[in-house]
Amino acid sequence: MKSAWLEVKDGEIEASINLFLQKMLEEKLVDAVLVPAELPNKSDIAPTLITEPGILAQARPLAPVMPVSMARVVSRLTRVAPSQRKIAVLLRPCDLRSLVELVKLKQASLDNLLLISLDCYGTYSPADYREFCQDTPNPTDEFLRRVKDGDELNLREACQVCEYFVPQNADLVIGLLGVDVEKGVLLQAMTAQGEDVLAKLNLPGAEAEDRGAAIASLLAHRVESKERLFERVKKEMSGRDNLLDIFAACTSCYNCVEACPVCYCKECFLKSPAFEWEAEKYLDMAEKKGALRMPADTLLFHLTRLNHVGLSCTGCGLCQDACPSGIPLLPLFRHTGDEVQALFDYVPGRDLEEEPPLTMFDENELSWVG
Amino acid sequence: MNIQSSDNIDSAGVDLPTENSREKEFEPVLIGFFCKWCTSAAADLAGTTRLQYPPNIRPIQVTCSSSVDPVYVIRALLSGADGVIVGGCPPGDCHYGSGNLIARRRLAVLKTTLKALGLDEDRVWVRWISAAEGPKFARTMREFTEAMKKKGPSPFKNSWSV
Ligand code: SF4
Ligand code: SF4
Repeated sequence: MKSAWLEVKDGEIEASINLFLQKMLEEKLVDAVLVPAELPNKSDIAPTLITEPGILAQARPLAPVMPVSMARVVSRLTRVAPSQRKIAVLLRPCDLRSLVELVKLKQASLDNLLLISLDCYGTYSPADYREFCQDTPNPTDEFLRRVKDGDELNLREACQVCEYFVPQNADLVIGLLGVDVEKGVLLQAMTAQGEDVLAKLNLPGAEAEDRGAAIASLLAHRVESKERLFERVKKEMSGRDNLLDIFAACTSCYNCVEACPVCYCKECFLKSPAFEWEAEKYLDMAEKKGALRMPADTLLFHLTRLNHVGLSCTGCGLCQDACPSGIPLLPLFRHTGDEVQALFDYVPGRDLEEEPPLTMFDENELSWVG
Repeated sequence: MNIQSSDNIDSAGVDLPTENSREKEFEPVLIGFFCKWCTSAAADLAGTTRLQYPPNIRPIQVTCSSSVDPVYVIRALLSGADGVIVGGCPPGDCHYGSGNLIARRRLAVLKTTLKALGLDEDRVWVRWISAAEGPKFARTMREFTEAMKKKGPSPFKNSWSV
């Protein structure tokens, strides 16, 4: 596949990408660009559907923050009806994987979308990002420089343990790893649609760079961090006592559900009347154990959610960011997710053609179950 | 073994007799979700042919093993049940074609989830027992009851902060 080179001028790395997005819109290769952009308050970033090329100067495709899931936004955009017009969507690799899951689950459509993703160095929580911006004039470029110098920068736990930082299933990939970003940014076409864009924009071709070493070294680092996290989960976060301790702080606000890209059920079973009873029943339950924590079924909610979304969990960590009680959801979901996905050799978001494991079966399998 | 006066559970609205002797041997409270086309019929067969099996199992008839959403299994466990057994038709013999094969995947995920969280996945059993297998039903229930007796009371028996 072909690669193009986006030249970086005056050290403005992100601006070179914005220029490319702008060109695509001006040349009418796409009708809109959906991208994280800085809001007029100059401090917050949100997914923004941009149709006016000038506004793309406010795009922040590299801003190391993911306040909401772009996969969820794409679902909102395309669930009622697929897009009739062409939209370029810029999203991080985890969000792209979540989007692939949502498409499989018939919650989003990729029709007429041009998917652009990037080598992801990780993100801050929204609060940490705000703080980072306060003492950094050009936060996005500065972040990239620091992280390239090997600075860990207090990234979100989800990102520290993520081994899927190179995008899968994008039409175009913004290559940053192993690239001298002071000079330019790599734009790799991964599909015919991506190639078409590079050809139509007449972008200068790029030398095939060997990014393998840079990718391998980050991968090794991430896998090591992940294993360390899993050890901690096994030691400190599992078993009845630990789980009850961890979820003691849960207020059943359901923010984690709202934030999760793959927790897609329109009506959550656990919020349905199936688990609502008359006072007598609650009193019976209290009597049986001497007391009953209210609202009831906190652990039931979390165990059921772990069981329900484990196969599709992309480890994005948005649940943890959304939790007002600071509950460490990511380690639990990431660890459980890895275990259940391994059962079916399934990697959520790896391949659009791979059926979700619970929609199929094989007569001769899983004989250990019973 | 020490048993509490409060280990009856309420899953799916079944009212269970309360254990109130502290001296008695530990009697596990067990919930069975049995497919009506096979395991439930096997239970009936075991009954009409006077095969003995322990009274610990509270059977709940379901339309198919695939209609047992894991949430009900988890709820039984958190309410203090000492074990849950799901009974379905042998693979290849589902009344609806492939419900039991879907159930098997679902329950594999459930057991793996429990294990990943450091909870005892062996308190959840899945067994395929056809309508003709009365003796197998009785034997399986004996085995299950014995195994859960050996494990002792569920750690969630008295956890009211679940
Ligand atoms: S459960 Fe948490 S980490 Fe997993 S996909 Fe949902 S929000 Fe992301
Ligand atoms: S966001 Fe946190 S407090 Fe709210 S339901 Fe989820 S875990 Fe509980």
